[in-house]
Amino acid sequence: MAQRVLMKGNEAIAEAAIRAGCRHYFGYPITPQTEIAAYMAKKMPKIGGVFLQAESEIASINMVYGAAAAGMRVMTSSSSPGISLKTEGLSYIAGSDVPALVVNVQRGGPGLGGIQPSQSDYFQATKGGGHGDYRMIVLAPASVQEMASLTVKGFNLADKYLMTAMILADGTIGQMMEPISFEDVEVEEYEKPWALTGTNGERKHNIVNSLYLKPDELEAKNFSRYERYKLVEENETMWEEYMMEDAELCVVAFGIAARVAKNAVAAARSEGIRVGLIRPITLWPFPSAPLLKAAEQVKGFVSVELNMGQMIEDIRLATQCKRPVSLCNRCGGMIPSPEEVLASIRKAQKGEF
Amino acid sequence: MEHKRLTLFAGHYGSGKTNIAVNYALLLAGEGRAVSIADLDIVNPYFRTADSAAELEAAGVRLIRPQFANSNVDLPALPAEAYSLVQDKSRFGVMDIGGDDRGAYALGRYVPFIRQENDYRMVFVANFCRPLTRTAPEALEVMREIEAACGLAFTCIVNNTNLAGMTDAATVLDSLPQVQQLSELSGLPVWLHTAQQQVAEALKGRLAPVLPMQLQKKYFDLPSHKPENRPLWG
Repeated sequence: MAQRVLMKGNEAIAEAAIRAGCRHYFGYPITPQTEIAAYMAKKMPKIGGVFLQAESEIASINMVYGAAAAGMRVMTSSSSPGISLKTEGLSYIAGSDVPALVVNVQRGGPGLGGIQPSQSDYFQATKGGGHGDYRMIVLAPASVQEMASLTVKGFNLADKYLMTAMILADGTIGQMMEPISFEDVEVEEYEKPWALTGTNGERKHNIVNSLYLKPDELEAKNFSRYERYKLVEENETMWEEYMMEDAELCVVAFGIAARVAKNAVAAARSEGIRVGLIRPITLWPFPSAPLLKAAEQVKGFVSVELNMGQMIEDIRLATQCKRPVSLCNRCGGMIPSPEEVLASIRKAQKGEF
Repeated sequence: MEHKRLTLFAGHYGSGKTNIAVNYALLLAGEGRAVSIADLDIVNPYFRTADSAAELEAAGVRLIRPQFANSNVDLPALPAEAYSLVQDKSRFGVMDIGGDDRGAYALGRYVPFIRQENDYRMVFVANFCRPLTRTAPEALEVMREIEAACGLAFTCIVNNTNLAGMTDAATVLDSLPQVQQLSELSGLPVWLHTAQQQVAEALKGRLAPVLPMQLQKKYFDLPSHKPENRPLWG
């Protein structure tokens, strides 16, 4: 048989998680990510893992907190409204410095919204969502293959930096099928001497906790946590550049929007427009350095997003407002066509942003 | 090709049921038969028979679909009209059953009529490139779960092994040992192999019978993720 399998994005996440050593999945079903839970329900019992459908999203994220504290590779998955429910737990996990993988296969919002794809949880994922000073590593796959590879990467990074890694996908990549392979899966393992594994009377108690009533202690915790975040920014920022070498214009897009934008960039090139694409793969840390560098080279940026314009703020910050940034967007479950993106590129070419 | 009055397509979700059902309905219509197709998927709100409504209508195929199909209302309700498929014996009927055992529950209520008339094919659609049906024993497990859920036994197998756009003749030919084993394990004949037109062309003289798929519903024209476009972090 061929080494490749035909997988839905959601299935790719589940299979990659299992291959990364995840044996604990806690979740609650919601469209358009239910295939992750369905896959786990089918597979986990066969490999000695735990699949548990909790009574709610809040329960499931706190089960993740518990299993993470015990040193397990653990994950949960949901879609936009479900992630909102989980944000309290995400803050507690961040405050306790334990690693976890959380998947958000976004759908249109706000509120219950719809079940069609969206990228409107960008703010929620990259700016916090939950309370307090914290960050999550936010990974934005643009293909089914990347759903798999970034899931493994997410587990590795979460363990390495003791924080939550979030896969920020959307309903399209979750549902669509592409042939993929798992040949490149590289699982990293990290010692977890802080984990609550039982002392056997041989060591001091480990404590996992997010409550620090003495303000100087809490401040010190936050300071040291941000030292760690700084390392993530320095070492783990990921992006893809496409046709940027001689570009006069730069399209910025992530996830499914980047796949559509790539079509438009190719079409614009065939019209003689010198345009390239920068695709952030980590949304936090945001690839500010390549964007700032591009700002020295291009006359402006076009941000393509499936929301009302969220990443555009980070582009402006990254480029220190040196060049204009226009927005090409659809929302509510709609996806811009390559032609719509091309129209925005043509306008930018004429200096209209 | 010999046709039964009713043809029911079931299998693992994502195995290609809807696409085959639509193509088969178009084939029947193309041979001048009066055809109805019913979308009985109560599980998945996406990838519906109704996505091909325009093509089916143009070919004269009557489409029976849940009231809320493609409306984004995630409501598992069946249309009353679906009974016409089992009761109106003047037309050929094609049924697109939802994925896995959960989807197959919906078929149960029509089974007494289907059995009584006894002019049907209950088709198991298998794609051995799908992750949970990589082998014949795995496919057999899905087969048995569906039969238990709907109360109707399969009568034949359709081999729809494919890797979407990456499918070539070898993809289909490589699946034959698994197809053969599934046939032996289940005691069911292989009715058809299916392939997109170009692949079907390449299979001529090497495999039969192959149903060439005319219509492959595409939602996006996405550039493939080529190795040279690999992200910088390698």
